[in-house]
Amino acid sequence: MPQRRRSGTPAPVFAALGDEIRLRLLARLSQGPLSISGLTAGSGITRQGVTKHLRVLAGAGLVRGSRRGKESVWQLERRRLEEARRSLEQISRQWDVSLAKLKLFVEQEDS
Amino acid sequence: MSTASKSPAGSSTDRIQKTIVLRAPRSKVWRALTDSAQFGQWFGARLEGPFAAGRRTQGPITIPGYSHLRFEADVEQIEPERIFSYRWQPGGDPDKDPAEPTTLVVFELEEVPEGTLLTVTETGFDQLPAARRARAYRDNDSGWAGQMENIRKYLASAA
Repeated sequence: MPQRRRSGTPAPVFAALGDEIRLRLLARLSQGPLSISGLTAGSGITRQGVTKHLRVLAGAGLVRGSRRGKESVWQLERRRLEEARRSLEQISRQWDVSLAKLKLFVEQEDS
Repeated sequence: MSTASKSPAGSSTDRIQKTIVLRAPRSKVWRALTDSAQFGQWFGARLEGPFAAGRRTQGPITIPGYSHLRFEADVEQIEPERIFSYRWQPGGDPDKDPAEPTTLVVFELEEVPEGTLLTVTETGFDQLPAARRARAYRDNDSGWAGQMENIRKYLASAA
């Protein structure tokens, strides 16, 4: 999956979310910022693996890393996540409306 | 609303799935979906030309508040009274880039004692650029709320 790192350019948020390991990393970060060591511990994947997935998430603007002493500390970008969730909900509601109209249309008396 | 949403395990961000029971024979539902004039009537679009596999059908949206947008669908599959599918760019953003990825919309029909069970599945959201989507949704928000209200009124008056 290609990544774009500059802010303001289209970012593959949904693609970044479409992976079980990345979803797990986000779930852990939802409880507060963590270092790579903290994220690796008990995750069942290597430090390199964690780093790779964090980069994908960062590329989509979903997490942000900052240096704290020797280690990078990662945290959630909640606004971005919220946007992605709302996007899908919006489309879902549009389908509800369209299907309600279809229902009215096909259930009306035969013309 | 009598639609049911399902989010399968795994990448629930890639798809939207709805099922609805329509109290109408399958042949009637099929015509409402695949006769582009009928589709346009319930969906809210003035469509030019029939739906045909491998062809694009398009036309202006007629939903109040959305008349600046166009419906454009590239039909993929027409399997009589069973499957109708097309690709489109959801959101109908007038500034959209034609090279942008599309989502796939699949309508599946099944006969049930009450009439017809319709399942709509839209997939491919994982491939869409998020920035444009966010803009399209913002634009759409108030309009769809108005549509909902119209339907509520219609249902109330028809009852």
